Amino acid sequence: MAMMSIRDNLQKQINDSIKQLDFLVKQTKMPIIQDKSGNPLWVDVRELDLRYQIPVKKVQKFFNGLKDGKILATKCQKCGTVYFPPQDDCPYCKTSGLEWIELPKEGKLITYTKISVKPPSFSHYQDYIVGIAKLSNGVNVTAWVIGNLEKLTVGVDVKLEVKEREPEGYITYYLELE
Amino acid sequence: MRNVAIIGTGHSKFGARTDVNLQELAWEAVKQALEEANIDQKEIQYFSVGNAGMWSSENLPAIVVGEYCGLTTKGTMRVEAACASGSAALREAYLAVKSGEVDVAMAIGVEQMHQSPNPNVVEMIGRAGSYFWEFENFGLTFPGYYALYATAYMAKYGLKEEDLGKIAIKAHHYGSLNPYAHFQKEISMEEYMKSKPVAWPLKIYDSSPITDGAAAIILASEDFARKVTDSPVWIVSQGVSSGFANLSRKSDFTTIEAAREAADMAYKKAGINREDSWKVFDVAEVHDCFTIAEIIAYEDLGFARRGEGVNLARENQTYIGGRIPVNVDGGLKAKGHPIGATGVSMAVSLARQLLYRAPNKGMQVEVKNGMALAHNVGGTGHYGYVTIFSTRRPSQ
Ligand SMILES: [Zn+2]
Repeated sequence: MAMMSIRDNLQKQINDSIKQLDFLVKQTKMPIIQDKSGNPLWVDVRELDLRYQIPVKKVQKFFNGLKDGKILATKCQKCGTVYFPPQDDCPYCKTSGLEWIELPKEGKLITYTKISVKPPSFSHYQDYIVGIAKLSNGVNVTAWVIGNLEKLTVGVDVKLEVKEREPEGYITYYLELE
Repeated sequence: MRNVAIIGTGHSKFGARTDVNLQELAWEAVKQALEEANIDQKEIQYFSVGNAGMWSSENLPAIVVGEYCGLTTKGTMRVEAACASGSAALREAYLAVKSGEVDVAMAIGVEQMHQSPNPNVVEMIGRAGSYFWEFENFGLTFPGYYALYATAYMAKYGLKEEDLGKIAIKAHHYGSLNPYAHFQKEISMEEYMKSKPVAWPLKIYDSSPITDGAAAIILASEDFARKVTDSPVWIVSQGVSSGFANLSRKSDFTTIEAAREAADMAYKKAGINREDSWKVFDVAEVHDCFTIAEIIAYEDLGFARRGEGVNLARENQTYIGGRIPVNVDGGLKAKGHPIGATGVSMAVSLARQLLYRAPNKGMQVEVKNGMALAHNVGGTGHYGYVTIFSTRRPSQ
């Protein structure tokens, strides 16, 4: 399904529920419904559509790296700590402007789960597998596990891969089973 | 520093409480606690409110609750430590009394999750890991986070789904006896094994429900407590620790370091050895938001060695009469987990256990040492709170 039709569907559900609420207010002069146990519930007439804007300036190189097919972490040149998710400040050395390094692709899956009850914003996906892998340099990465799922088990080899996330169409990273 | 005593406890019925709003729900617990302590609101010099919120409409719940409960002109704040918000609220009130700042303080935990539709609550809790790197991109849910622990534990120590089932069955057994519990029915292993997957290997029956509820505790200095009660329950010690937001920053997925550290801190202050801890307590409340969390808690608290927590479940050692009774009020799993109320609810359950006031004989432990422990984890291991209660006055 294309992203636009997914959004249209969601918007339609929201519009339908608002229409129902408007109808209820017209009929009863009150936005009050009854729940399963017969308790009256006031349905908020002031909807709030939340979408945050998250500053990514300090780690912009990470996103530039993804566009080049690379997964980057930061490394403190003073104490050697590697940060993933990347951050540009080493709180221990109180230094900023850390070095950017590319993560190795090879790793082993240390744990995983298959998400069956999904959040509404992920409801357009099939059940998905989220795993954490330890890469060959000791850094852990959380991501969706894809590929030959018959091999899925703790300890299995995975490869960190950059791919587009459909249907949203943005570039992200996956842990792929051979 | 002074000794701090519990002089009053209050607990609402947990469940889908769509018959009351947030402040009305809080009042049920506050009223009970005031009546139990036999004091008026004017005696309360400070109150803290544990509430995670988001799903409920009031954005500044501490004030709204204070206004409804007649606790105006008292200092307050809303306290957040995710699923340990209740323990954090208790800590606030505890420190206020312990430091000598006030003589009487109240900790209120309240949460009304049913103000939002269930799918939205799933979404909002999922966002409460490390938002960008876990939720935005990978859609982790709360059962999903704990499933990562369960899978790792299975791979390392041979845990089976049936072992988790034993935890669920115990929770429902005690829940069935607890008039305050969300779920009041027993379940069988067959029902457990057939229950719907939520985040493999965790199923519906591994998961605590979306719940509304409130609990309240009144704390007082020793001098004040002596005036109003012959049966104070003392807070002996409390350990608090915090961990990583992002689960991938952990190196070991079979333990919750923050809880382990909090236990060590609480044990040290109370003069308890980790290896003997299970001999010391008559009863414990542990954070079983998911069944796997209870098994990990056994180990983090020293009730079992690493990798052996599962044996306590297999051998029914945490029922009343076993090695150490755990969650005999049904736990988060069956009593319910109204996020901000849970920590206070644990304290209420334990104080009542120590005074032989469990709401049902079938869930009353035998009190030999007069000691009890609460273990409350926030987030996916973000916060750890361990609190030790006793009927014996601490030597300070
Ligand atoms: Zn550094």
